[in-house]
Amino acid sequence: MNGSRASRVGLLVLTALLFVVALYMVFIFVPNIKNLRADRIFYFHVPVDWAAFLAYFVVFISSIAYLRSRDNKWDIVATSAVEIGIVFNTLMLVTGSIWARPNWGTWWNWEPRLTTALVLWVVYVGYLLVRGYASGRDQAARLSAVIGIVGFVDVPIVFLSTTWWQLQHPGHLVFETGGLAPSMLAALMVSLAAFTGLFFVLLVERVSLKNAEAELRMLMDSME
Amino acid sequence: MSFWKKVAAITRKDALTELRTKEVVFTVLVFAILVIVIFNFAFGTTPEALALVGPGILWVTFAFSGVLSLNRAFISEREAGCLEGLMAAPMSREAVYVGKMLGSLISMLVVEVVALPIFALFFNLNVLSLALIVTTLLATIGFVAVGTLFSALAVNTRAREMVLPILFLPIVVPVIISAVKASGLALTGGSWGDMFQWLQIIIAFDVIFLVVSYLVFGYVIEE
Repeated sequence: MNGSRASRVGLLVLTALLFVVALYMVFIFVPNIKNLRADRIFYFHVPVDWAAFLAYFVVFISSIAYLRSRDNKWDIVATSAVEIGIVFNTLMLVTGSIWARPNWGTWWNWEPRLTTALVLWVVYVGYLLVRGYASGRDQAARLSAVIGIVGFVDVPIVFLSTTWWQLQHPGHLVFETGGLAPSMLAALMVSLAAFTGLFFVLLVERVSLKNAEAELRMLMDSME
Repeated sequence: MSFWKKVAAITRKDALTELRTKEVVFTVLVFAILVIVIFNFAFGTTPEALALVGPGILWVTFAFSGVLSLNRAFISEREAGCLEGLMAAPMSREAVYVGKMLGSLISMLVVEVVALPIFALFFNLNVLSLALIVTTLLATIGFVAVGTLFSALAVNTRAREMVLPILFLPIVVPVIISAVKASGLALTGGSWGDMFQWLQIIIAFDVIFLVVSYLVFGYVIEE
């Protein structure tokens, strides 16, 4: 994951460009929706959700890879992805609440996607807590990999049970009433691409920072 | 020895220790009664209020008592240095998982068998229905499937007792939701058809997490 410097800069520039295009499309190109307030947050809320799930999926895959190979690089990828995932997950809860307040009249209701997002947040914060409580690096890697797997497997079941428990989310609105207008869909896609780029920029930077930390630790150990 | 004989040996060991000391079951039972009493103060005692929050109280009680007894499952092994013995024993880690899981299942079921009538008595609810018993059994299997894994995980960390509830409670959210809904239907005489919607989530959870925990348990108790 250490990528050469050129490709890292390339990824960063590409992501920055995508964000500029996404901002233009969201605020200028896309028409207003009459009966919804704060509707443009949609173009940030959905990509942030996607980035959080992508991050947790990366955690799941890297956790399995770590347990199979015991290669520390997978542990570094998994923890970096958890940290980034929690940031996106928090943004998901915040942007959702900002949208919900003017449209539903409350900051929070126990709607399935909200509840699932909150449960996920708690699971992955638990992941980081356990790392803090583990004795030794190998144990931390092993135990958190197990949580990374179990936590991800739980997602669909949590979602299903909370969906049957209560239904009310604009997702149904979007997909059941003929979908989005083409311009809106285009803006959403660009925004999704931008946030996907951002996720990988952050992941690559965090992984290389952690690698540098590990290298530094090794050097310091060898000096003693 | 075959796999199941080894499993039975571990479960029997846990059951025997528990029968001699009656430590876990008795303590957890007292705790369960205390939770019921506290909830009684928190939600009031009118029949309407009880009908509304009854199933919720039941499952909060079982979930919290579950955390308490599951924590003991591996802490007691650790205290007497038995964990090393288990690891050195000529059996797979999977056999240890299934054996400990069945041991915890038995002790939780004993607590529930005693707590359910007490619950019925205090709240004047009809709990002795087949529907409620099936729900309780299925949900408890889900609790111990994940709980045994996380209990073993927690015991090797520095925070021990704090780790299990933090990991266990969010993961079992689907079981708690479905068990509350299914018990609500069972207590108000709902049909099996309505209940099945919720029971199938619990069954899916049980199967998925028995398999996943079985597969990853070995990594948790490695040292």
